[in-house]
Amino acid sequence: MSEITEPAVSRAVEAALAAFAEAQDSAELKAARSAHTAEGSPLSKLNASMREVPNDQKAVAGKLVGEARGRVNAAAAEAEGRILVAEETARLAAEAVDVTAVPSRRRLGARHPLSLLMEQMGDIFIGMGWEVAEGPELEHAWFNFDALNIDPDHPARGEQDTFYVEPADRNLVLRSQTSNVQIRSLLERPLPLYVVAPGKVFRKDELDATHTPVFHQIEGIAIDKGLTMAHLRGTLEHLARAMFGEGAQIRLRPNYFPFTEPSAEMDVWQPNARGGARWVEWGGCGMVNPNVLRSAGVDPAVYQGFAFGMGIERTLQFRNDMNDMRDMVEGDVRFSQQFGMVV
Amino acid sequence: MRVPISWLGEYVDLPENVTLEHLHAALVKVGFEEEDVHVFGVTGPVVVGQVLEFTPEPQSNGKTINWVQVDVGESEPRGIVCGAHNFVVGDKVVVSLPGAVLPGPFPISARKTYGHTSDGMIASVRELGLGDEHDGILRLSTIGLDPEVGADAIALLGLDDAAVEINVTPDRGYALSIRGVAREYSHSTRASFRDPALAVTVGEASGYSVVVDDATPIRGRAGCDAFAARVVRGVDPTRPTPPEMVARLKLAGIRSISLPVDISNYVMLELGQPTHTYDLGKLQGGIVVRRAAPGETLETLDGQVRKLDVSDLLITDDSGAIGLAGVMGGLATEVTDTTTDILVEAAHFDPVTVARTARRHKLWSEASKRFERGVDPTLGPIAAQRVADLLVQLAGGTIDPLGTVVPYLGAPVPIAFAPGDAAALIGVDYPPSEVQATLELVGATVDATVDRWTVTPPSWRPDLVDAPSLVEEVARITGYDRIPSELPTAPPGRGWTRSQQATRRLANTLAAAGLTEVLAYPFQSAATIERFDPGAPAVQLANAIDPQTSYLRRSLLPGLLETARRNLSRGLTDLALFEIGHVYLPTAGTSHGTAELPPGAVSLDVDVLAGLTDSLPAQPRHVAVLFLGDVVPRQPGAAAVPSGLADALDAAAEVGLALAADIRPVTGSHPVLHPGRTAELRVGDTVVGVAGELLPSVARDLDLPGVVALAELDLDALLAVGATEIAARPIGTLPAATQDLSLVVAADVPAGEVRDAVITGAGELLEDARLVDDYRGSGVPEGSKSLTFALRFRGPDRTLTAAEASESKLAGAALAGQRFGATLRE
Repeated sequence: MSEITEPAVSRAVEAALAAFAEAQDSAELKAARSAHTAEGSPLSKLNASMREVPNDQKAVAGKLVGEARGRVNAAAAEAEGRILVAEETARLAAEAVDVTAVPSRRRLGARHPLSLLMEQMGDIFIGMGWEVAEGPELEHAWFNFDALNIDPDHPARGEQDTFYVEPADRNLVLRSQTSNVQIRSLLERPLPLYVVAPGKVFRKDELDATHTPVFHQIEGIAIDKGLTMAHLRGTLEHLARAMFGEGAQIRLRPNYFPFTEPSAEMDVWQPNARGGARWVEWGGCGMVNPNVLRSAGVDPAVYQGFAFGMGIERTLQFRNDMNDMRDMVEGDVRFSQQFGMVV
Repeated sequence: MRVPISWLGEYVDLPENVTLEHLHAALVKVGFEEEDVHVFGVTGPVVVGQVLEFTPEPQSNGKTINWVQVDVGESEPRGIVCGAHNFVVGDKVVVSLPGAVLPGPFPISARKTYGHTSDGMIASVRELGLGDEHDGILRLSTIGLDPEVGADAIALLGLDDAAVEINVTPDRGYALSIRGVAREYSHSTRASFRDPALAVTVGEASGYSVVVDDATPIRGRAGCDAFAARVVRGVDPTRPTPPEMVARLKLAGIRSISLPVDISNYVMLELGQPTHTYDLGKLQGGIVVRRAAPGETLETLDGQVRKLDVSDLLITDDSGAIGLAGVMGGLATEVTDTTTDILVEAAHFDPVTVARTARRHKLWSEASKRFERGVDPTLGPIAAQRVADLLVQLAGGTIDPLGTVVPYLGAPVPIAFAPGDAAALIGVDYPPSEVQATLELVGATVDATVDRWTVTPPSWRPDLVDAPSLVEEVARITGYDRIPSELPTAPPGRGWTRSQQATRRLANTLAAAGLTEVLAYPFQSAATIERFDPGAPAVQLANAIDPQTSYLRRSLLPGLLETARRNLSRGLTDLALFEIGHVYLPTAGTSHGTAELPPGAVSLDVDVLAGLTDSLPAQPRHVAVLFLGDVVPRQPGAAAVPSGLADALDAAAEVGLALAADIRPVTGSHPVLHPGRTAELRVGDTVVGVAGELLPSVARDLDLPGVVALAELDLDALLAVGATEIAARPIGTLPAATQDLSLVVAADVPAGEVRDAVITGAGELLEDARLVDDYRGSGVPEGSKSLTFALRFRGPDRTLTAAEASESKLAGAALAGQRFGATLRE
């Protein structure tokens, strides 16, 4: 039985403190704790001797032991904190990796810029209150030609230019323009009508740097009371500014299309073009020919409006400074991946 | 249309020192797009020289060259080496002196050759850029010239002229002439215009029998509605064409052939009226204009014997066909060097008849190009007279009273027009006086005495048929740059439709999941279609670019595979691709399309319209994915993860995520997919697609290495079954109880179906069931497997006891037992 004396307590405390201070890791600290605070340790034994202490000395001895245990526990906690920090620091150092070479678990995909561009142009029109419409790619010739005031003998209807479905006398074609959607919209929707139709079109051109037999267009038609060519210009200018910046302008030049009268070729002033601002041919437009309205059962004496169309490939070409059409159609993943999700 | 400047300047005042840029700018303003410029590319000194003497000198290479002394108007003659031998002493020739540049560009300098210093070059027709002739040097006497020695040959030969080339839209055939372009230039600049047609005095001619007998007009339009013929006798067709005419024809893109042919072409370019010259001596009897008889043939000027179609319009005489009306003349009646008497034809042919014949015989001539686009029907007698006059003037002929005029009896249809129509359509407040003046400027007659005007278009403008076409003239001539900019207000729109939003979300989802969007062509071979969908009908094109791929896709997969192969060939070995696009699914036994083609410009009956639309084959949109190579590449400390069926199924799940559809795989099959690794994709009971790994044999055929994982889903079908609005459930916050369930079933029972049974059997308390292990081996009977599911239970209103969770779990096990004989693994 240990006698609770100041030197004895002091020895036990000193030994414990020394052991804790020497502990370099959790295991050593655990061992030190076991040796100096657990059952059977000097301090524990001194504590157990309290029962033997006469009542009149209990207060003094108790204080002595209690203070000693307090000091020892505090030292243990301090050591524990010190070791935790040291060990975590060591672990972090050990865990360091080369962040430039962390294995990747997912790959990055990409949208096709033509799709993105069509969506972006659609957004601009939706923002003006217009609607986006779609129609069949494999279309009856009436919707692709006759309803659009394209004469039965018009050269564009020849097998040189338009894909016909076998047998050709059944009058099915791969649409050569998205204008079939104009007719279908006029037939299906109430007036006034403000619609754009982006989509795939087909013409019998061999693939080369500037042609592809399958390409994309966006066409618009607005039919209302009192629409004029000034509204056409205003609409195109809004689109041009949204796409090419505030400095963009539209220039109209007289041209001919069967489905519009007057007709115009539109050029856009591209203020942000690489290599300097410039005029670029963008597409065709005009006031919808009354015959087109008649085909769709609309009275041209009451309603009139405008239509326009531009190639998406062409737009991408001059907007994003591309030279070769083939890059857009071959599906080389490097082409889309340079765009990612943004065109 | 190519327009030589000197020629244009004859009919309209041009500014001094006019430039090609100025002409283009002026013509673009009135709707003629700039195409090109043409120049001879000759710069001086190029002068007239006279051969004083020459010495032939045989060379070691077998050639004989001439050492020629030429007087070029200088104090001393020049010595020039010349390889040609077609000249004699005294000939006047064209000499390019050192410093000159001939077309090529070919700069001329004094150079040492064959032992002499050649002090210039004596030029051939081809070297001057005037034609193809290169048999010898140009002797000026042969083209009727005897200029002064030393004179500037560039001006003499018209080589200082240049031409602008403009695009003439198909509605404006009148502008395929110098007359028409001069008129338009005058509209653009208000310069004074002199109509060359008015400069011709048409003489009387009669007695030559011409009968127009069109028994089968096309689309109700007579094939020929005017015909003028003139006879010129005593012509010398071998006379040279004046150099200025040669130069103008050359700049206009037409080669000089012989004087009569050159005159005919010249008048066509000048007035826009094609004409034809026949050797009168070879004609037999009068002329009949008629459609071809069955089996009839004609040898055209180009030497081809053409089998004629009964809708071809012919010029005939007693011998049969002598010309394909408006397209090309016949060889037998051609004007040759021995011709003395010429019959000139200037007729008006129907655009459709000519267009169809030209297309049928693939014979697009300068004449057919003009007739197709519309020639002024009143021009015939004027053009015939003009050709005759030039034959008299240049070929020494005398005009004969023999001829014919079948006059044009039609007249332009007057158009009712309100002066406010232009403002109403263009948005510019044109004063009525300006509208009237503009219409009169383009040649129309305007009766403005009443509020509603009557406007009669000029004979050369068949395109002016209604008020909008007149409005276009007003806007065009007064300038499109006057049109202001005004933004119309559309009524509030519906925004992107659900389908459009879903499609975009789908594409973005797949791209975010690591796939790259591609857009493949829809053209496929019969063999591909058959391989991917045996026995299924496909749409075939009548005129595919490549006959090998004349069918339209029924599936997006072949296009993705082809795209993958292209990428592989470029060294891109790890691929994840997707495409969203239409496929074309005709119905077997159905003849799609219609035999009837309703007319345009009239309102069709609803049933007729529905009939057209219903005749189309189904063309739903699909979405397809392809994985090839590694989904995760080899990296430091990480092995490569090859792609496979799991990626295709994950992509299918991502498609479902984007479209709010719960897509479930069940065991499936597909003609090109691995029999043991193919999943049919379903939403509920609806089959929406397929996923799997490509059969190794197919992959080999396509040169695709390793595993190719694919999935294709019907986007339209998914939109039909996908949720439109999500009904949200409350989220339970009480503690969950988790338990594992191991069931032993026959090895061939799909785990997904066992899981379905557990979920159904366990009832509402079961929140989630996840397959965590598939064990086969000791402790599990041969031919069976043990499936372990981690189950998570949660009560809606109370914390579940272990007993409640167990009860639910056992109910799930019981249903699996019922359906698949599943037993609890002890």
